[in-house]
Amino acid sequence: MQPLTRHQIAWRAAQDLTEGSYVNLGLGLPVLVANYKPQDRDLMFHSENGIVGVGPLATENEEDSDFVDAGSQKITLSPGAALFDSTQAFAMIRGGHLDVTLLGGFEVSETGDLANWDAKMTHKGQLVGGAMDLVTGAKSVRVTMQHTTKTGEPRLVENCSYPLTGVGTVDRVYTDLAVVDVTERGFVVREIVDGLSRDALQEKSGAKLAFADDCGTLDAPEL
Amino acid sequence: MMDKRVETLGAALDGFGDGASVLVNGFGGAGVPFALIKAIENTSATNLTLILNSVRFVDGFAPRIFAERRVSKVICTAARSRGPDTANYEQQWLNGELEIEMVPQGTFAERIRAGGAGIPAFYTPTGAGTDLGDGKEARTFEGKPCILEQAITADFAIMRAARADRWGNVRFRGAQGNFGLAMAMAARTTIVETNDPGDKPIPPEDIHIPGIYVDRVLQHEDMSPANAGGI
Repeated sequence: MQPLTRHQIAWRAAQDLTEGSYVNLGLGLPVLVANYKPQDRDLMFHSENGIVGVGPLATENEEDSDFVDAGSQKITLSPGAALFDSTQAFAMIRGGHLDVTLLGGFEVSETGDLANWDAKMTHKGQLVGGAMDLVTGAKSVRVTMQHTTKTGEPRLVENCSYPLTGVGTVDRVYTDLAVVDVTERGFVVREIVDGLSRDALQEKSGAKLAFADDCGTLDAPEL
Repeated sequence: MMDKRVETLGAALDGFGDGASVLVNGFGGAGVPFALIKAIENTSATNLTLILNSVRFVDGFAPRIFAERRVSKVICTAARSRGPDTANYEQQWLNGELEIEMVPQGTFAERIRAGGAGIPAFYTPTGAGTDLGDGKEARTFEGKPCILEQAITADFAIMRAARADRWGNVRFRGAQGNFGLAMAMAARTTIVETNDPGDKPIPPEDIHIPGIYVDRVLQHEDMSPANAGGI
């Protein structure tokens, strides 16, 4: 059994972005998704500091401190891009105009609650950013995360133990082991990595998993 | 003749003192009024309220503001420093000496906009059912649990822009704009720093902030550090 790498998780999430979508990519793993956008698909990446049409990272020659994304990375703009202020950036999110938000997560519950903003660090301040707006406003909320913590604790759970970002909001989770939908009847596994049994995946999960009738193999190219 | 230009940082910050509340524009280093932030650091004003997206760029650029414990309250969306160390403002918060009101970023922008538009409060689903919604008045609209959020206004707003003319009209470049328009609307005194000499009017259809929201324009070199987005 070969778990997916971070880049392979990003690749897999990218395959589900449909033509013409407006997509916000969160810090960390989600921003890698832009690298694996299928060539034939025209997507518009939204950044909550006021951009639709975020292009590739700026090369050293292109760097311009006025052109940054919400992760403070120096970026370029793609053709068709638009710039606007934060109230507009969040009207797009909160008004339901954004098709997809892809975020990292600590935990997702079987009813679609997400915990991803407050790790309860004892020596650091808090940071919420736009996560609560994104999970409440976007049409589709998708989470990328490792299936378990470094110590093997499950991240797919009955109830989140960390503070919530949103309630009943997650639609799909991409992990290194599986693609899992959150449905009215709880977690439903759509894809599972080759060589991992359904029982073994259940062992690594903190809530009951159902398996789709057409549950397939989670596969990604070498990256 | 209408001319909102001022000559010096001192004139730009006229009236700024103990107990002032200030909205600070900037996101990822863009639109940050670094010269005005440095000027605030060089005052002795204390008991300040800072309202800004992220605390870290002010602390990184003007560390005396927090080191001298001159801030009593911060309203922000991000109060985490880079790296493993604990910054002064984080330690003061952990000790209970500094109040930090953590606000989801869309609610933060909208509360400021509402403050400028004369809307005292509004309902939003963002934050409902989370720790940040705790204790707020709740009501359900169209089946969605919502919480009541109150408008923000402040004594001052400060920002940097590519252009500002003597009438106070502002034009941003790239991602400089971020919270600027909302903050200019919500402040009793709005101060813009720019390289623009301001003699020529910005073409009316190119204006991002109409001058009615702007009180003072200061021509000043950009004091952005090289790693403005990373501090």
